[in-house]
Amino acid sequence: MNLAVPLSSQLINLFASVILLLAFAMLAQRRVLALINLFALQGLTLALSTLVVAVTTGQTHLYWSAGLTLVLKALLLPWILHRLVRRLEVKGDVESLIKVPTTMLVGIALVIIAFNVALPISQLSNTISRGTLGIALATVMLAFLMMITRSKAIPQVVGFLAMENGLFLAATSATYGMPMVVELGIALDVLVGAIILGVFFFQIREQFDSLDIRHLEKLKER
Amino acid sequence: MDFFVLTLVIPIVGGLLLTVVGERAWAPNLNVIASLGTFLASALLTIEIVANGPRFAFGEMFFIDSLNVFFVALTAFVGLTTSIFSGPYMKNEQEHGKLTVPRLRLYKSMFQIFMFTMLVALTTNNLGILWVAMEAATLTTVLLVSLYRTAASLEAAWKYFILCGVGIAQALFGTILLYFAAERVLGETGNALLWTHLVEVKGQLEPTIMALSFIFLLVGYGTKVGLAPLHNWLPDAHAEGPTPVSAVLSGLLLNVALYAILRCKVLADGAIPGGFAGNLMMGFGLLTLVVAAFFLSRQKDIKRMFAYSSIEHMGLITFAFGMGGAVANFAGLLHMTMHSLTKSAIFFAVGHAAQKSGTQQMEDIRGLIRINPVIGWGLMLGTLAILGMPPFGVFASEFMILTHAMKHHPWATPVLLLALGVAFAAIFGKVQPMVFGDTHAKPLPHAPAITPVFVHLALVLMIGLYIPPYLTRWFHEAARMLG
Repeated sequence: MNLAVPLSSQLINLFASVILLLAFAMLAQRRVLALINLFALQGLTLALSTLVVAVTTGQTHLYWSAGLTLVLKALLLPWILHRLVRRLEVKGDVESLIKVPTTMLVGIALVIIAFNVALPISQLSNTISRGTLGIALATVMLAFLMMITRSKAIPQVVGFLAMENGLFLAATSATYGMPMVVELGIALDVLVGAIILGVFFFQIREQFDSLDIRHLEKLKER
Repeated sequence: MDFFVLTLVIPIVGGLLLTVVGERAWAPNLNVIASLGTFLASALLTIEIVANGPRFAFGEMFFIDSLNVFFVALTAFVGLTTSIFSGPYMKNEQEHGKLTVPRLRLYKSMFQIFMFTMLVALTTNNLGILWVAMEAATLTTVLLVSLYRTAASLEAAWKYFILCGVGIAQALFGTILLYFAAERVLGETGNALLWTHLVEVKGQLEPTIMALSFIFLLVGYGTKVGLAPLHNWLPDAHAEGPTPVSAVLSGLLLNVALYAILRCKVLADGAIPGGFAGNLMMGFGLLTLVVAAFFLSRQKDIKRMFAYSSIEHMGLITFAFGMGGAVANFAGLLHMTMHSLTKSAIFFAVGHAAQKSGTQQMEDIRGLIRINPVIGWGLMLGTLAILGMPPFGVFASEFMILTHAMKHHPWATPVLLLALGVAFAAIFGKVQPMVFGDTHAKPLPHAPAITPVFVHLALVLMIGLYIPPYLTRWFHEAARMLG
């Protein structure tokens, strides 16, 4: 048993770093389909890390949220996005507004900031996964960066969903997950949001013949 | 009969029913009936709470006290008048070819579900569910903002979704931090997000975490309130969506988001010494007020201008709650009520005015007083009311906020006066020619519903002249709860 705690802790840290790595990979990925696959992989890693926390702590509701994450973020949402891409026929390259190396450098700076912000909280945390709070915040910020730098609608939404992944990681690492009813509510909101966005994509396409949101820059203060 | 259950059940059943039956001749009436039912239930609930004091519902899931029951009643009332207004308004839009039958159906069902999410957000005891309901409220209104499917409305809806989505994600992070702080005190009982439990132990919550948590919550929910610098979605969404949606967004959704901040502020105040939360709110409020006031004079679109006016008032209210204390909280609550009633009345009048003139551009709207004196006077009186002219109620609340600021935070007074002055000049200068200019517009196919405009304005006027004692008591009690 003495060995089990450090091992699980190491596993959680490993998964958390994989999630961070995937966040960077998403930041650099220009192709829509590959981006969605990376997002699915991030969801899978998130589900695995939640599962490890669940096994170690024996909290039943964490098993549920691990399952929920797996179904929703690794399977259902990527499937919806894949379908959308196919139906909308937007397979081509995704261009970034800023060059990839610059984005990466900004991303590294964000990670450092995130770790500094999370430091005082991590020290207060007595959960086994406390080291991951910084990573969670960094994932949120990287996803945010991705939303800012992308000019196409679908990558922006993937960024939005990746931000939710980071928040979920924060919830499991700082605390052992939110109460079940809240987690279900959040999952429902994310799902409904994705569906509404799907509808929305078709409306945008119908109107502009493209999913480039640079068409959506007319409403400004003049 | 549990009036609370009715208050929540009627809008959701109404929404589902409106989805199922679709767009029929009597669908607008069903919408009104559902809203009327919600309003009656909420009024009876209010009477019950005022008489018997706070209570729980469904175990500890929901908690109704004098603070939120007041918002529930206000929300249900404005919901009712908006549904009355939207009947003829939407029919006119349909005749003008701007809306199709399926979209009218979408509008009505989403309107009811939007009311439901707001009522859940107001009455829930669980800060996590509060977040879920706020997000759901965003989701229900995204498709309403893009109802016209024009390029501009799609852009507005997209901006609304992304900005509020990002904002509300910050609020979720704040909620997670709050849960983390609470769990250390309350343990993993699942009660650690229940407001009634949190408020009992608020003094023991870790100040560092609470400070960080409140910043995230304020920025997150503040995005929905329309606090600068994250207010950009608001004018677009208000200008491009249908007018009834503008009225409820401005009159209700902003209030509900502000209510979420207030609940969190009570906890943050208890945990963090030195008025940290209040100072933060005062700063954001003042910034918002000034930014909005100076943007007002640049506006050409009438709904956009009044959207900026909403941002301005939200800034003022946030500032008032930031000052804290019995008087400022009282003034803040009063101002929220007055703003809701007046601003939705203005949007009703503006909606008809824009429909008559066939445009939202202010330079093309002229001479309302001649085409339809009732709408003209409605817009004029509404504008005077929102600008804080006595004897309307907005004057009373603004006067209280200003005098309180002069007494306790004199440095803020010049800023407040300057912003209010600039806003007055900007709005009055634009509304005056719209009401009293020359015109040649044609009449509308469906007579507009003007009663809601004047019912709201009459209430605002009444409160400006005389606040009934039970209302004062009620405000006092709610203000005391906010600390």
